[in-house]
Amino acid sequence: MTAPRNTPGGTSAARPKDLDPATARTVLDPSDINRALTRIAHEIVERAKGADDVVLLGIPTRGVALARRLGERLASIEDGAEVPVGALDITMYRDDLRLGPARALERTEIPAEGIDGKLVVLVDDVLYSGRTIRAALDALNDIGRPRAVQLAVLVDRGHRELPIRADYVGKNLPTSQRETVKVHLAEYDGRDAVLLGTRAADPAAHTDAEK
Amino acid sequence: MKRHLISAADLTRDDAILILDTAEELAHIAERPIKKLPTLRGRTVVNLFFEDSTRTRISFEAAAKRLSADVINFSAKGSSVSKGESLKDTALTLQAMGADAVVIRHHASGAPHRLAGSGWLRGSVVNAGDGTHEHPTQALLDAFTMRRRLAGGRGDLEGRRITLVGDVLHSRVARSNVLLLATLGAEVTLVAPPTLLPIGVETWPCTVSYDLDAPLPKSDAVMMLRVQRERMNAAFFPTEREYSRRYGLDLRRMAMLPEHAIVMHPGPMNRGMEIAAEVADSTRSTIVEQVTNGVSVRMAVLYLLLGGNEPALSAPSTTGTEEIAK
Repeated sequence: MTAPRNTPGGTSAARPKDLDPATARTVLDPSDINRALTRIAHEIVERAKGADDVVLLGIPTRGVALARRLGERLASIEDGAEVPVGALDITMYRDDLRLGPARALERTEIPAEGIDGKLVVLVDDVLYSGRTIRAALDALNDIGRPRAVQLAVLVDRGHRELPIRADYVGKNLPTSQRETVKVHLAEYDGRDAVLLGTRAADPAAHTDAEK
Repeated sequence: MKRHLISAADLTRDDAILILDTAEELAHIAERPIKKLPTLRGRTVVNLFFEDSTRTRISFEAAAKRLSADVINFSAKGSSVSKGESLKDTALTLQAMGADAVVIRHHASGAPHRLAGSGWLRGSVVNAGDGTHEHPTQALLDAFTMRRRLAGGRGDLEGRRITLVGDVLHSRVARSNVLLLATLGAEVTLVAPPTLLPIGVETWPCTVSYDLDAPLPKSDAVMMLRVQRERMNAAFFPTEREYSRRYGLDLRRMAMLPEHAIVMHPGPMNRGMEIAAEVADSTRSTIVEQVTNGVSVRMAVLYLLLGGNEPALSAPSTTGTEEIAK
Protein backbone atom coordinates (compact mmCIF):
# COMPACT_ATOMS: atom_id res chain seq x y z
CA MET A 1 0.00 0.00 0.00
CA THR A 2 1.50 3.25 -1.10
CA ALA A 3 -0.39 5.74 0.85
CA PRO A 4 -1.71 4.88 4.24
CA ARG A 5 -4.22 7.22 5.79
CA ASN A 6 -2.56 10.33 7.01
CA THR A 7 -3.45 9.79 10.56
CA PRO A 8 -0.89 10.78 13.14
CA GLY A 9 1.94 8.40 12.55
CA GLY A 10 0.99 7.94 8.88
CA THR A 11 2.56 9.47 5.81
CA SER A 12 2.59 13.06 6.84
CA ALA A 13 3.83 12.35 10.31
CA ALA A 14 6.91 11.06 8.50
CA ARG A 15 7.40 14.27 6.58
CA PRO A 16 9.60 16.19 6.31
CA LYS A 17 12.16 13.47 5.80
CA ASP A 18 14.03 12.23 8.80
CA LEU A 19 17.04 14.23 9.82
CA ASP A 20 20.53 12.90 10.13
CA PRO A 21 20.94 12.86 13.94
CA ALA A 22 24.57 13.97 13.58
CA THR A 23 23.58 17.29 12.01
CA ALA A 24 20.18 17.93 13.60
CA ARG A 25 19.96 20.83 15.99
CA THR A 26 17.00 22.33 17.79
CA VAL A 27 16.15 25.80 16.56
CA LEU A 28 12.89 26.23 18.49
CA ASP A 29 12.14 24.57 21.82
CA PRO A 30 8.66 24.22 23.36
CA SER A 31 8.71 27.63 25.05
CA ASP A 32 9.90 29.30 21.81
CA ILE A 33 6.99 27.70 19.95
CA ASN A 34 4.60 28.79 22.68
CA ARG A 35 5.80 32.37 22.59
CA ALA A 36 5.74 32.48 18.79
CA LEU A 37 2.11 31.29 18.71
CA THR A 38 1.09 33.76 21.41
CA ARG A 39 2.72 36.60 19.48
CA ILE A 40 1.06 35.53 16.21
CA ALA A 41 -2.32 35.40 17.98
CA HIS A 42 -1.83 38.95 19.24
CA GLU A 43 -0.75 40.12 15.78
CA ILE A 44 -3.85 38.58 14.23
CA VAL A 45 -6.14 40.32 16.73
CA GLU A 46 -4.33 43.59 16.23
CA ARG A 47 -4.51 43.51 12.46
CA ALA A 48 -8.08 42.25 12.33
CA LYS A 49 -9.15 44.62 15.14
CA GLY A 50 -10.63 41.73 17.09
CA ALA A 51 -11.37 38.14 16.19
CA ASP A 52 -15.03 38.46 15.19
CA ASP A 53 -14.83 37.31 11.59
CA VAL A 54 -11.60 35.36 11.79
CA VAL A 55 -11.61 31.74 10.57
CA LEU A 56 -8.46 29.67 11.07
CA LEU A 57 -7.82 26.95 8.49
CA GLY A 58 -4.91 24.63 9.15
CA ILE A 59 -3.19 22.77 6.34
CA PRO A 60 -2.84 19.09 7.32
CA THR A 61 -1.22 17.64 9.17
CA ARG A 62 0.66 19.91 11.51
CA GLY A 63 -0.95 23.12 10.36
CA VAL A 64 -4.22 21.83 11.80
CA ALA A 65 -2.73 21.39 15.27
CA LEU A 66 -1.15 24.85 15.06
CA ALA A 67 -4.49 26.35 13.94
CA ARG A 68 -6.21 24.77 16.96
CA ARG A 69 -3.60 26.22 19.31
CA LEU A 70 -3.93 29.64 17.71
CA GLY A 71 -7.71 29.37 18.03
CA GLU A 72 -7.42 28.75 21.79
CA ARG A 73 -5.10 31.72 22.19
CA LEU A 74 -7.37 34.02 20.18
CA ALA A 75 -10.29 32.95 22.38
CA SER A 76 -8.37 33.77 25.55
CA ILE A 77 -7.13 37.13 24.22
CA GLU A 78 -10.60 38.10 23.04
CA ASP A 79 -12.37 37.02 26.22
CA GLY A 80 -13.77 33.70 25.16
CA ALA A 81 -14.71 34.70 21.63
CA GLU A 82 -15.49 31.60 19.53
CA VAL A 83 -12.96 31.41 16.72
CA PRO A 84 -13.89 28.77 14.13
CA VAL A 85 -11.01 26.41 13.34
CA GLY A 86 -10.97 24.04 10.38
CA ALA A 87 -8.71 22.03 8.13
CA LEU A 88 -8.02 22.47 4.44
CA ASP A 89 -6.55 19.55 2.53
CA ILE A 90 -4.75 20.67 -0.62
CA THR A 91 -3.84 17.27 -2.06
CA MET A 92 -6.24 17.47 -5.01
CA TYR A 93 -4.90 20.92 -5.92
CA ARG A 94 -1.18 20.13 -5.84
CA ASP A 95 0.80 20.95 -8.97
CA ASP A 96 3.11 17.97 -8.50
CA LEU A 97 0.44 15.26 -8.27
CA ARG A 98 1.70 13.64 -11.43
CA LEU A 99 5.29 13.51 -10.23
CA GLY A 100 4.53 10.82 -7.68
CA PRO A 101 2.00 8.12 -6.88
CA ALA A 102 -1.54 9.23 -6.08
CA ARG A 103 -1.62 10.31 -2.43
CA ALA A 104 -4.18 9.54 0.20
CA LEU A 105 -6.44 12.47 0.96
CA GLU A 106 -6.49 14.19 4.30
CA ARG A 107 -9.44 15.72 6.04
CA THR A 108 -11.00 18.97 4.95
CA GLU A 109 -13.26 20.47 7.58
CA ILE A 110 -14.77 23.81 6.82
CA PRO A 111 -16.46 25.36 9.90
CA ALA A 112 -20.25 25.38 9.67
CA GLU A 113 -20.29 29.18 9.38
CA GLY A 114 -18.48 28.88 6.05
CA ILE A 115 -15.80 31.26 4.86
CA ASP A 116 -17.82 33.74 2.81
CA GLY A 117 -17.03 37.28 3.88
CA LYS A 118 -14.65 36.08 6.62
CA LEU A 119 -11.01 36.76 7.24
CA VAL A 120 -9.43 33.38 6.58
CA VAL A 121 -6.03 32.82 8.16
CA LEU A 122 -4.28 29.83 6.58
CA VAL A 123 -1.98 28.13 9.08
CA ASP A 124 0.94 25.88 8.17
CA ASP A 125 4.08 24.70 9.92
CA VAL A 126 6.80 25.51 7.36
CA LEU A 127 6.72 27.95 4.43
CA TYR A 128 9.15 26.84 1.74
CA SER A 129 8.49 26.90 -2.03
CA GLY A 130 5.06 28.51 -1.61
CA ARG A 131 3.39 25.88 -3.77
CA THR A 132 1.36 24.46 -0.91
CA ILE A 133 -0.10 27.90 -0.29
CA ARG A 134 -0.85 28.40 -3.98
CA ALA A 135 -2.74 25.12 -3.91
CA ALA A 136 -4.53 26.23 -0.74
CA LEU A 137 -5.64 29.47 -2.42
CA ASP A 138 -7.06 27.45 -5.31
CA ALA A 139 -8.86 25.17 -2.88
CA LEU A 140 -10.33 28.16 -1.02
CA ASN A 141 -11.61 29.52 -4.30
CA ASP A 142 -13.79 26.44 -4.75
CA ILE A 143 -15.17 26.61 -1.23
CA GLY A 144 -16.23 30.20 -0.95
CA ARG A 145 -15.22 33.84 -1.13
CA PRO A 146 -13.42 35.08 1.97
CA ARG A 147 -13.17 38.82 2.63
CA ALA A 148 -9.41 38.40 2.84
CA VAL A 149 -6.89 35.60 3.17
CA GLN A 150 -3.81 35.80 5.37
CA LEU A 151 -1.04 33.33 6.05
CA ALA A 152 0.49 32.32 9.37
CA VAL A 153 3.46 29.94 9.54
CA LEU A 154 5.59 28.69 12.38
CA VAL A 155 8.80 28.73 10.31
CA ASP A 156 9.67 30.55 7.09
CA ARG A 157 12.71 28.85 5.64
CA GLY A 158 12.96 30.82 2.38
CA HIS A 159 13.56 29.44 -1.14
CA ARG A 160 10.24 30.66 -2.52
CA GLU A 161 9.30 29.57 -6.04
CA LEU A 162 6.15 31.71 -6.19
CA PRO A 163 5.37 35.31 -5.23
CA ILE A 164 3.91 34.38 -1.84
CA ARG A 165 4.83 35.63 1.63
CA ALA A 166 3.48 35.06 5.09
CA ASP A 167 1.62 37.69 7.12
CA TYR A 168 2.63 36.13 10.44
CA VAL A 169 5.89 34.25 10.95
CA GLY A 170 6.96 32.45 14.11
CA LYS A 171 10.60 32.38 13.09
CA ASN A 172 12.49 33.30 9.95
CA LEU A 173 15.01 30.53 9.50
CA PRO A 174 17.68 30.98 6.82
CA THR A 175 18.41 27.53 5.39
CA SER A 176 20.23 25.96 2.51
CA GLN A 177 18.20 23.80 0.18
CA ARG A 178 20.02 20.66 1.23
CA GLU A 179 18.81 21.21 4.75
CA THR A 180 15.50 20.02 6.08
CA VAL A 181 13.27 21.61 8.67
CA LYS A 182 11.37 19.17 10.83
CA VAL A 183 8.55 20.34 13.03
CA HIS A 184 7.54 18.16 15.95
CA LEU A 185 4.25 18.90 17.69
CA ALA A 186 3.00 17.28 20.87
CA GLU A 187 -0.27 16.30 19.14
CA TYR A 188 1.56 14.06 16.67
CA ASP A 189 5.10 13.54 17.89
CA GLY A 190 4.79 13.65 21.65
CA ARG A 191 6.84 16.83 22.02
CA ASP A 192 7.21 20.32 20.62
CA ALA A 193 10.41 21.19 18.72
CA VAL A 194 11.66 22.56 15.43
CA LEU A 195 14.80 20.82 14.19
CA LEU A 196 17.15 21.79 11.40
CA GLY A 197 19.60 19.43 9.77
CA THR A 198 20.45 17.49 6.66
CA ARG A 199 18.43 14.54 5.48
CA ALA A 200 19.36 11.12 6.67
CA ALA A 201 20.15 8.45 4.10
CA ASP A 202 19.95 10.83 1.17
CA PRO A 203 23.36 10.87 -0.52
CA ALA A 204 22.22 13.56 -2.96
CA ALA A 205 21.95 15.99 -0.08
CA HIS A 206 25.68 15.70 0.47
CA THR A 207 26.91 15.62 -3.10
CA ASP A 208 25.09 18.27 -5.06
CA ALA A 209 24.38 20.78 -2.36
CA GLU A 210 25.59 24.39 -2.40
CA LYS A 211 26.14 24.54 -6.16
CA MET B 1 1.48 -2.70 -8.77
CA LYS B 2 -2.09 -2.45 -9.92
CA ARG B 3 -3.02 -0.22 -12.81
CA HIS B 4 -6.49 -1.60 -13.38
CA LEU B 5 -9.60 -2.38 -11.39
CA ILE B 6 -11.00 -5.56 -12.90
CA SER B 7 -12.17 -7.61 -9.94
CA ALA B 8 -13.06 -6.99 -6.33
CA ALA B 9 -10.68 -9.86 -5.60
CA ASP B 10 -7.77 -7.67 -6.75
CA LEU B 11 -8.26 -5.37 -3.78
CA THR B 12 -6.46 -5.99 -0.53
CA ARG B 13 -8.11 -4.85 2.67
CA ASP B 14 -5.81 -1.80 2.70
CA ASP B 15 -6.68 -0.99 -0.92
CA ALA B 16 -10.38 -1.21 -0.17
CA ILE B 17 -10.09 0.94 2.95
CA LEU B 18 -8.01 3.51 1.04
CA ILE B 19 -10.69 3.74 -1.65
CA LEU B 20 -13.49 4.03 0.94
CA ASP B 21 -11.60 6.64 2.98
CA THR B 22 -10.83 8.65 -0.16
CA ALA B 23 -14.49 8.43 -1.20
CA GLU B 24 -15.51 9.63 2.26
CA GLU B 25 -13.46 12.80 1.78
CA LEU B 26 -14.67 13.25 -1.80
CA ALA B 27 -18.30 12.92 -0.71
CA HIS B 28 -18.00 16.38 0.85
CA ILE B 29 -17.34 17.86 -2.60
CA ALA B 30 -20.97 17.14 -3.48
CA GLU B 31 -22.08 19.50 -0.69
CA ARG B 32 -20.12 22.43 -2.05
CA PRO B 33 -21.44 25.10 -4.38
CA ILE B 34 -18.62 24.26 -6.83
CA LYS B 35 -18.57 20.49 -7.19
CA LYS B 36 -15.31 20.31 -9.03
CA LEU B 37 -11.65 19.56 -8.41
CA PRO B 38 -8.80 20.27 -10.86
CA THR B 39 -7.08 16.98 -10.12
CA LEU B 40 -7.46 15.12 -13.44
CA ARG B 41 -7.24 18.17 -15.71
CA GLY B 42 -5.94 17.13 -19.10
CA ARG B 43 -6.65 13.43 -18.59
CA THR B 44 -9.07 11.59 -20.84
CA VAL B 45 -11.50 8.99 -19.55
CA VAL B 46 -13.41 6.90 -22.10
CA ASN B 47 -16.67 5.26 -21.11
CA LEU B 48 -16.73 2.24 -23.40
CA PHE B 49 -20.19 0.73 -23.09
CA PHE B 50 -21.04 -2.38 -25.09
CA GLU B 51 -24.15 -2.92 -22.99
CA ASP B 52 -26.84 -0.42 -22.09
CA SER B 53 -26.45 1.17 -18.68
CA THR B 54 -27.55 4.67 -18.01
CA ARG B 55 -27.00 4.60 -14.26
CA THR B 56 -23.40 3.36 -14.25
CA ARG B 57 -22.35 5.40 -17.25
CA ILE B 58 -23.75 8.64 -15.85
CA SER B 59 -22.16 7.88 -12.49
CA PHE B 60 -18.71 7.38 -14.03
CA GLU B 61 -19.23 10.42 -16.23
CA ALA B 62 -20.15 12.62 -13.26
CA ALA B 63 -17.18 11.27 -11.28
CA ALA B 64 -14.68 11.96 -14.06
CA LYS B 65 -16.12 15.41 -14.73
CA ARG B 66 -15.99 16.41 -11.06
CA LEU B 67 -12.29 15.64 -11.22
CA SER B 68 -11.98 17.80 -14.38
CA ALA B 69 -11.11 14.90 -16.70
CA ASP B 70 -12.25 15.00 -20.32
CA VAL B 71 -14.91 12.35 -20.84
CA ILE B 72 -15.67 10.54 -24.07
CA ASN B 73 -18.76 8.35 -24.09
CA PHE B 74 -18.49 5.52 -26.52
CA SER B 75 -21.59 3.43 -26.96
CA ALA B 76 -21.25 0.30 -29.07
CA LYS B 77 -24.71 0.75 -30.48
CA GLY B 78 -24.47 2.65 -33.74
CA SER B 79 -20.66 2.57 -33.68
CA SER B 80 -18.14 0.62 -35.75
CA VAL B 81 -18.64 -2.25 -33.32
CA SER B 82 -22.03 -2.87 -34.89
CA LYS B 83 -20.21 -2.98 -38.22
CA GLY B 84 -18.07 -5.83 -36.92
CA GLU B 85 -15.05 -4.08 -35.37
CA SER B 86 -13.23 -6.20 -32.81
CA LEU B 87 -12.47 -5.24 -29.21
CA LYS B 88 -8.81 -5.03 -30.19
CA ASP B 89 -9.40 -2.52 -32.96
CA THR B 90 -11.63 -0.44 -30.70
CA ALA B 91 -8.88 -0.49 -28.07
CA LEU B 92 -6.23 0.55 -30.57
CA THR B 93 -8.42 3.45 -31.65
CA LEU B 94 -8.83 4.58 -28.04
CA GLN B 95 -5.09 4.23 -27.49
CA ALA B 96 -4.43 6.35 -30.56
CA MET B 97 -6.77 9.00 -29.16
CA GLY B 98 -4.80 9.09 -25.94
CA ALA B 99 -7.23 7.57 -23.47
CA ASP B 100 -5.76 7.59 -19.96
CA ALA B 101 -8.48 5.34 -18.60
CA VAL B 102 -11.11 3.15 -20.17
CA VAL B 103 -14.23 2.35 -18.21
CA ILE B 104 -15.66 -0.72 -19.86
CA ARG B 105 -19.06 -2.39 -19.60
CA HIS B 106 -19.33 -5.55 -21.69
CA HIS B 107 -21.83 -8.37 -22.02
CA ALA B 108 -19.00 -10.92 -22.10
CA SER B 109 -17.46 -11.96 -18.80
CA GLY B 110 -13.73 -11.33 -19.00
CA ALA B 111 -13.73 -8.56 -21.63
CA PRO B 112 -12.15 -5.98 -19.26
CA HIS B 113 -9.56 -8.56 -18.23
CA ARG B 114 -8.70 -9.09 -21.90
CA LEU B 115 -8.47 -5.36 -22.49
CA ALA B 116 -6.22 -4.84 -19.48
CA GLY B 117 -3.94 -7.80 -20.12
CA SER B 118 -3.50 -7.44 -23.85
CA GLY B 119 -1.14 -4.51 -24.05
CA TRP B 120 -3.48 -2.79 -26.52
CA LEU B 121 -3.89 0.11 -24.14
CA ARG B 122 -1.42 2.01 -22.02
CA GLY B 123 -4.08 3.49 -19.75
CA SER B 124 -5.98 2.03 -16.81
CA VAL B 125 -8.96 -0.24 -17.32
CA VAL B 126 -11.90 -0.08 -14.94
CA ASN B 127 -14.47 -2.85 -15.06
CA ALA B 128 -17.96 -1.33 -15.02
CA GLY B 129 -19.66 -4.72 -15.25
CA ASP B 130 -18.76 -7.68 -17.44
CA GLY B 131 -21.41 -10.29 -18.20
CA THR B 132 -22.26 -12.27 -15.10
CA HIS B 133 -18.74 -11.90 -13.71
CA GLU B 134 -18.00 -8.75 -11.70
CA HIS B 135 -18.88 -5.14 -11.02
CA PRO B 136 -16.27 -4.00 -8.52
CA THR B 137 -17.23 -0.33 -8.24
CA GLN B 138 -20.81 -1.37 -7.41
CA ALA B 139 -19.45 -3.53 -4.59
CA LEU B 140 -17.33 -0.62 -3.38
CA LEU B 141 -20.28 1.76 -3.32
CA ASP B 142 -22.35 -0.83 -1.49
CA ALA B 143 -19.58 -1.29 1.08
CA PHE B 144 -19.29 2.49 1.36
CA THR B 145 -23.02 2.77 2.03
CA MET B 146 -22.90 -0.02 4.65
CA ARG B 147 -19.87 1.51 6.33
CA ARG B 148 -21.59 4.89 6.55
CA ARG B 149 -24.80 3.45 7.98
CA LEU B 150 -23.33 0.70 10.18
CA ALA B 151 -19.81 1.75 11.11
CA GLY B 152 -19.92 5.56 11.16
CA GLY B 153 -17.94 5.78 7.92
CA ARG B 154 -14.74 4.40 9.41
CA GLY B 155 -12.65 1.25 9.26
CA ASP B 156 -13.83 -2.04 7.86
CA LEU B 157 -17.01 -4.11 8.27
CA GLU B 158 -15.55 -6.68 10.64
CA GLY B 159 -18.24 -8.96 12.03
CA ARG B 160 -21.16 -7.28 10.24
CA ARG B 161 -23.73 -9.72 8.90
CA ILE B 162 -24.81 -9.06 5.34
CA THR B 163 -27.48 -11.05 3.51
CA LEU B 164 -27.61 -11.03 -0.30
CA VAL B 165 -30.86 -12.30 -1.74
CA GLY B 166 -31.95 -13.37 -5.19
CA ASP B 167 -30.52 -14.11 -8.59
CA VAL B 168 -26.91 -14.84 -7.63
CA LEU B 169 -26.36 -16.88 -10.78
CA HIS B 170 -26.66 -13.93 -13.13
CA SER B 171 -25.45 -11.29 -10.74
CA ARG B 172 -22.04 -9.73 -11.11
CA VAL B 173 -23.01 -7.48 -8.22
CA ALA B 174 -23.35 -10.49 -5.92
CA ARG B 175 -19.98 -11.95 -6.86
CA SER B 176 -18.12 -8.66 -6.41
CA ASN B 177 -19.94 -7.97 -3.16
CA VAL B 178 -19.17 -11.37 -1.66
CA LEU B 179 -15.47 -10.98 -2.49
CA LEU B 180 -15.17 -7.42 -1.22
CA LEU B 181 -17.28 -7.89 1.90
CA ALA B 182 -15.23 -10.93 2.85
CA THR B 183 -12.06 -8.87 2.39
CA LEU B 184 -13.56 -6.26 4.70
CA GLY B 185 -14.32 -8.86 7.36
CA ALA B 186 -18.10 -9.11 7.00
CA GLU B 187 -20.03 -12.37 7.26
CA VAL B 188 -22.01 -12.83 4.06
CA THR B 189 -25.01 -15.09 3.58
CA LEU B 190 -26.37 -15.74 0.11
CA VAL B 191 -30.05 -16.59 -0.12
CA ALA B 192 -31.38 -17.87 -3.44
CA PRO B 193 -33.35 -20.70 -5.00
CA PRO B 194 -30.94 -23.57 -5.81
CA THR B 195 -31.48 -22.97 -9.51
CA LEU B 196 -30.18 -19.40 -9.24
CA LEU B 197 -26.89 -20.28 -7.57
CA PRO B 198 -23.79 -20.66 -9.73
CA ILE B 199 -21.71 -23.82 -9.84
CA GLY B 200 -18.83 -23.49 -7.42
CA VAL B 201 -20.65 -21.15 -5.02
CA GLU B 202 -19.47 -23.39 -2.18
CA THR B 203 -15.93 -22.12 -2.78
CA TRP B 204 -17.02 -18.50 -2.27
CA PRO B 205 -16.20 -16.94 1.10
CA CYS B 206 -19.82 -16.97 2.32
CA THR B 207 -22.60 -19.22 3.56
CA VAL B 208 -25.55 -20.23 1.39
CA SER B 209 -29.16 -20.64 2.41
CA TYR B 210 -32.40 -21.36 0.57
CA ASP B 211 -34.53 -19.80 3.28
CA LEU B 212 -34.82 -16.04 3.58
CA ASP B 213 -36.61 -15.88 6.93
CA ALA B 214 -33.81 -17.53 8.91
CA PRO B 215 -30.93 -15.01 8.47
CA LEU B 216 -33.07 -11.85 8.58
CA PRO B 217 -33.24 -11.36 12.39
CA LYS B 218 -29.44 -11.39 12.55
CA SER B 219 -28.70 -9.25 9.47
CA ASP B 220 -27.17 -5.78 9.64
CA ALA B 221 -27.92 -5.24 5.97
CA VAL B 222 -30.00 -7.11 3.45
CA MET B 223 -29.30 -6.57 -0.22
CA MET B 224 -31.92 -7.55 -2.75
CA LEU B 225 -30.68 -8.51 -6.22
CA ARG B 226 -32.66 -7.77 -9.32
CA VAL B 227 -34.31 -10.70 -11.04
CA GLN B 228 -32.66 -10.39 -14.43
CA ARG B 229 -35.45 -11.33 -16.77
CA GLU B 230 -33.27 -10.57 -19.80
CA ARG B 231 -30.80 -13.27 -18.78
CA MET B 232 -33.46 -15.85 -17.89
CA ASN B 233 -33.13 -18.38 -20.70
CA ALA B 234 -34.58 -21.33 -18.79
CA ALA B 235 -37.20 -22.02 -16.14
CA PHE B 236 -35.30 -21.06 -12.99
CA PHE B 237 -38.41 -20.80 -10.85
CA PRO B 238 -42.04 -21.82 -11.41
CA THR B 239 -43.76 -18.44 -11.32
CA GLU B 240 -42.92 -14.86 -10.50
CA ARG B 241 -45.51 -14.96 -7.76
CA GLU B 242 -43.86 -17.93 -6.10
CA TYR B 243 -40.44 -16.30 -6.35
CA SER B 244 -41.78 -13.13 -4.84
CA ARG B 245 -43.43 -15.04 -1.98
CA ARG B 246 -40.29 -17.03 -1.10
CA TYR B 247 -37.52 -14.58 -1.90
CA GLY B 248 -39.13 -11.15 -2.06
CA LEU B 249 -38.66 -8.60 0.70
CA ASP B 250 -42.04 -7.40 1.90
CA LEU B 251 -43.14 -5.47 4.99
CA ARG B 252 -43.55 -8.65 7.04
CA ARG B 253 -39.98 -9.70 6.38
CA MET B 254 -38.61 -6.18 6.85
CA ALA B 255 -40.16 -6.20 10.33
CA MET B 256 -37.99 -9.21 11.18
CA LEU B 257 -34.82 -7.19 10.71
CA PRO B 258 -33.02 -5.66 13.70
CA GLU B 259 -33.75 -1.99 14.43
CA HIS B 260 -30.55 -0.67 12.83
CA ALA B 261 -30.56 -2.86 9.72
CA ILE B 262 -30.67 -1.36 6.25
CA VAL B 263 -32.23 -2.53 3.00
CA MET B 264 -30.18 -2.21 -0.17
CA HIS B 265 -30.73 -2.76 -3.86
CA PRO B 266 -28.26 -2.07 -6.67
CA GLY B 267 -31.10 -1.01 -8.99
CA PRO B 268 -32.91 -1.00 -11.26
CA MET B 269 -35.66 -2.55 -9.12
CA ASN B 270 -38.54 -4.79 -10.08
CA ARG B 271 -41.02 -3.35 -7.59
CA GLY B 272 -43.38 -6.01 -6.33
CA MET B 273 -41.08 -8.78 -7.47
CA GLU B 274 -37.89 -8.97 -5.40
CA ILE B 275 -38.80 -5.95 -3.28
CA ALA B 276 -42.17 -4.55 -2.24
CA ALA B 277 -42.78 -0.92 -3.13
CA GLU B 278 -43.37 -0.01 0.54
CA VAL B 279 -40.00 -1.49 1.48
CA ALA B 280 -38.20 0.26 -1.37
CA ASP B 281 -39.63 3.58 -0.23
CA SER B 282 -39.11 3.05 3.50
CA THR B 283 -36.59 4.97 5.58
CA ARG B 284 -34.48 1.83 5.88
CA SER B 285 -33.93 1.67 2.18
CA THR B 286 -30.60 3.12 1.01
CA ILE B 287 -31.35 2.75 -2.69
CA VAL B 288 -31.15 6.45 -3.56
CA GLU B 289 -28.18 6.94 -1.23
CA GLN B 290 -26.33 4.17 -3.09
CA VAL B 291 -26.60 6.17 -6.31
CA THR B 292 -25.15 9.29 -4.67
CA ASN B 293 -22.37 7.25 -3.07
CA GLY B 294 -21.56 5.70 -6.44
CA VAL B 295 -20.24 9.02 -7.71
CA SER B 296 -17.94 9.50 -4.69
CA VAL B 297 -16.60 5.97 -4.90
CA ARG B 298 -15.93 6.22 -8.63
CA MET B 299 -14.19 9.56 -8.09
CA ALA B 300 -11.96 7.85 -5.54
CA VAL B 301 -11.16 4.98 -7.92
CA LEU B 302 -10.35 7.32 -10.82
CA TYR B 303 -8.26 9.55 -8.57
CA LEU B 304 -6.27 6.67 -7.10
CA LEU B 305 -5.65 5.11 -10.52
CA LEU B 306 -4.96 8.30 -12.49
CA GLY B 307 -4.11 11.04 -9.99
CA GLY B 308 -0.39 10.35 -9.79
CA ASN B 309 2.24 9.07 -12.15
CA GLU B 310 1.45 5.61 -10.87
CA PRO B 311 -1.63 4.21 -9.13
CA ALA B 312 -1.92 4.28 -5.38
CA LEU B 313 -3.33 0.80 -5.10
CA SER B 314 -0.86 -1.74 -3.77
CA ALA B 315 2.12 0.04 -5.25
CA PRO B 316 5.55 -0.11 -3.64
CA SER B 317 5.82 1.91 -0.47
CA THR B 318 6.93 5.50 -0.91
CA THR B 319 6.03 8.80 0.64
CA GLY B 320 5.83 10.51 -2.76
CA THR B 321 7.25 13.90 -3.57
CA GLU B 322 7.88 16.13 -0.65
CA GLU B 323 8.71 19.48 -1.97
CA ILE B 324 5.34 21.09 -2.48
CA ALA B 325 4.35 20.30 1.03
CA LYS B 326 7.90 20.97 2.14
